[in-house]
Amino acid sequence: MKTVTVQSHQAPIVKTKIKDTLFKRLWNNRTLLIMCLPAIIFFAVFAYLPMPGLYLAFVNFDYSLGIFKSAFVGFDNFRFLVMTGDLWKLTFNTIAYNIAFIILGNILQIAVAIMLNELRNKWFKKISQTLMFLPHFISAVLVGLLAYNILSYDYGILNSFLKMIGMDPVETYSNPAIWPYIIVITFLWQSTGYGSIVYFAAIMGLDKSILEAAEIDGANAFQRIRYIIIPYLKPTFIILLLFSLGGVLKGNFGLFYNLVGANNTMLYPTTDIIETYVFRTLMTNFNFSLGSAVSLYQSILGLFIVLTANWIVKKVSPENSLF
Amino acid sequence: MENSARRNIDFSTIMVRMIGYGFIGLFALCCLLPFVLILSSSLTSESAIMESGFSLWPKEFSTFAYEIVFKNPRLVIGSYMVTMIITVVGTAIGLFIVAMTGYALQRQDFLYRNKISFYIYFTTLFSGGLVPFYLLITQYLHLKDNYLAVLLPGLLSPFLIIMMKAFVKSIPHEITESAKMDGAGDFTIFLRIILPMTTPALATIGLFIALGYWNEWYNSMLFLSPNMEYRPLQLFLYNVITSADFIRNSAASANVTPQDIPLESMKMATAIVATGPVILFYPFVQKYFIQGITVGAVKG
Repeated sequence: MKTVTVQSHQAPIVKTKIKDTLFKRLWNNRTLLIMCLPAIIFFAVFAYLPMPGLYLAFVNFDYSLGIFKSAFVGFDNFRFLVMTGDLWKLTFNTIAYNIAFIILGNILQIAVAIMLNELRNKWFKKISQTLMFLPHFISAVLVGLLAYNILSYDYGILNSFLKMIGMDPVETYSNPAIWPYIIVITFLWQSTGYGSIVYFAAIMGLDKSILEAAEIDGANAFQRIRYIIIPYLKPTFIILLLFSLGGVLKGNFGLFYNLVGANNTMLYPTTDIIETYVFRTLMTNFNFSLGSAVSLYQSILGLFIVLTANWIVKKVSPENSLF
Repeated sequence: MENSARRNIDFSTIMVRMIGYGFIGLFALCCLLPFVLILSSSLTSESAIMESGFSLWPKEFSTFAYEIVFKNPRLVIGSYMVTMIITVVGTAIGLFIVAMTGYALQRQDFLYRNKISFYIYFTTLFSGGLVPFYLLITQYLHLKDNYLAVLLPGLLSPFLIIMMKAFVKSIPHEITESAKMDGAGDFTIFLRIILPMTTPALATIGLFIALGYWNEWYNSMLFLSPNMEYRPLQLFLYNVITSADFIRNSAASANVTPQDIPLESMKMATAIVATGPVILFYPFVQKYFIQGITVGAVKG
């Protein structure tokens, strides 16, 4: 009884106090808040405003009615995606490509970083590093053209070579079986040099006296790499691996679209990923609802995967976790 | 004693170095050759390409493709202008906003820094996807066929703000504190003290934004329709590569009969004209990109 009266007495005072301090807090932080305002507006418009649009996934979109007046159809769009097998195929392709990118990419990056560390000729090192970074800085459009120079049936250098050694030319752009290799190799070509910097920087941080001590103890160069450098890179590897696993459902649209071409339906079975599918629903089939259904599925499953990856990072090394 | 130890080690070290030089050299060569291939194809006569395909050295040297590209340079120059203006304006505005936000969010005494940081970071975790974004730009902001549809979405990214935060973190907090004691406002501190102290960071972030604009083709393709006369460089290149009609139209005023237009070598020549300058420029600034990824990776 007593406590109740006390509470009812104090409640209004506390409330005004909070109001006071909230306003005061805002006022005290006003300059810093205003400095963040352009970024807040930017993300509100370009990232948050489109989110309610995902409601498209649950309607049969009618252009004349707009998003929110179109007929509500529940989970019909998702049912269609599951029944046609599209959803499974897209999920499989997207994840399989990303896992190949992540695993092979990191292994190659580590190999390049270790070998760069062994080189002694400054000029050789500098020039080869510059050349290896180069592919990272060009547009996806140019990557598509470079691949065309090599793979084109009529003029490509690959078929010129095959003819020269007396073999039959291959129909690259109509043979879906070879495309996983083409895409993975192109990805590795483009990202390995730049990605190796992280590992190279990590090796630079290794205490050189450990390597010298191992040398004095009679460890040869292979042993130094195997027992000192590689174990030293393991934490970096694990963290980078987990981070990239968080994005395993996100596809590199530019790479796939420019390599495969806009309308090459023959290659879809092995090259269609979520991003290219959604792009087609928008630009060629005009089926906005279906595209949104795939996007919503991607975002929700993706969020779940990131949270899981972050949870694991937290267990492995708390200081590296995202949140 | 020392000599014998050294000799023992030398053998394996030499092996490792030989593998290293071989592997790295080969890989670097693989990175270079496709560019050589394009350059060579752009300087090969169309008849030689038709006969024996692209090659690493011109079988029959010809500058005809370049002559056509430059005979009527209006479209190429227009594309360059569009891309340069978008890049310069976008980088200037974007860099300023990224720097300002990054600094404010790194201030330990800023009460809302965690909330705003999460608000920004969350956009990398969950997004509305392409269709609602497309409808927003075209139906609600009415930016179809407007260069702003390319400029605005490229201004900032959570990744760059996080990178700026990591750079600002290395500046001791006492500097802000003492400036505040002297009566400087937060914005003045940012403008007068923090910006001059973070020039390497600004160069790095600015280059990331600029590179994004220079290589941008996705938003251009989505929002700029083919009947726009001057289109950003990469979209121009994309159209040249994918559409023979586009090449014929753009070469029409160069007084060449349609059959004589060297379609294949013109694709390559356009690619060289559109990307050559950047590729030549980039070795001079690559250290900033190296710095960027190192800082970004440390922070995660």
